[in-house]
Amino acid sequence: MIDEFDLTPAQLDAMREIGNIGAGNSATALSQIVNKKIDMNVPRVSIIPIEDVPDLVGGPDSIIVAVFLRVYGKAPGSILFLMPKENAFYLADDLMGKPHGTTQELDEMSVSAIKEVGNILSGSYLNAFSHFTNISMLPSIPSLAMDMAGAILNIVVLQLGQMGDRAMVIETKFLAEDDSINGHFFLVPDPGSLGTLVKAVGVE
Amino acid sequence: MADLIKVGMADYKVGRSPSKLISYGLGSCIGVSLYDPQKKVGGLLHIMLPDSTQARASDNPAKFADTGIPLMINDVVALGASKSRLVAKIAGGAQMFAFSNATDIMKVGNRNAESCKQILRRNGIRVIAEDTGGTYGRTVSIDLATGSYKVKTIDRGEKDI
Repeated sequence: MIDEFDLTPAQLDAMREIGNIGAGNSATALSQIVNKKIDMNVPRVSIIPIEDVPDLVGGPDSIIVAVFLRVYGKAPGSILFLMPKENAFYLADDLMGKPHGTTQELDEMSVSAIKEVGNILSGSYLNAFSHFTNISMLPSIPSLAMDMAGAILNIVVLQLGQMGDRAMVIETKFLAEDDSINGHFFLVPDPGSLGTLVKAVGVE
Repeated sequence: MADLIKVGMADYKVGRSPSKLISYGLGSCIGVSLYDPQKKVGGLLHIMLPDSTQARASDNPAKFADTGIPLMINDVVALGASKSRLVAKIAGGAQMFAFSNATDIMKVGNRNAESCKQILRRNGIRVIAEDTGGTYGRTVSIDLATGSYKVKTIDRGEKDI
């Protein structure tokens, strides 16, 4: 059996580049929603042991807010948009047009608004992937949770853990100029999807 | 000062008094603790999935209830515990995200808890306390000096089970 994690450098580059374009779309969308300049880093594409996934966001007991979506289509996967709790509160303030520091807990309105942000980011991100791979990738409705990072990441790790011991994550960080947004965006292809994506891109 | 030993996801550790074993941020995972109150030795296992036979490939037995629990039992017995005196406490098994059309994998918390209890029972080990289910994460720790099993959450406080 060919290990789908054995990617050539060119294939890893291709994944990173598509992630980059997708994240660029998402950053533009986010910037329009909150009316601020949003910076992003070049996506990291990493293949890591699944136990290490929580460490990407500050350790398993740091408190985060996460929007989770499933990706449907021929290359299914999971999307997580994660923020430290404080940043999620700032984002909620921005979305509601309130001064920073107003939101102290997530009520129904702010939960819904943050979910919508996750939804828009995912839509624009997946557009890029669909475009380059010619595989239609559609996001599910978003779900939100605020809890320990380890507990939240369980759900992604589980999808993968059933199949193997490693995960490929495409991770991008979004930062607002005034530090009010500090979010990590993850696309984690399900086992098998990575191979489908790489094949569709056609890079050897 | 007592040792604080971290147990990662899909891992287990065993030890003796006065060490403490801790595992951070369990969602649908389960923290299974074993303890021999007389010898004051025990272990903590952080499993992710109920059943190794349903998984495709894995070389890590500590990831599954059915393979991880027997491993930990062997190791605590090797440290001097008597299998017949061992008692178990379990915590975790939440469903972190509410989806109306949740797939089986999203409800795995429940199956994890059931599987742990079944495997423990099959090995003749009593489950004397349990804090499972819900929609929130837990950090668990066992104090091997007393056998106290602490379950910490972010907005539901901390309890001893």
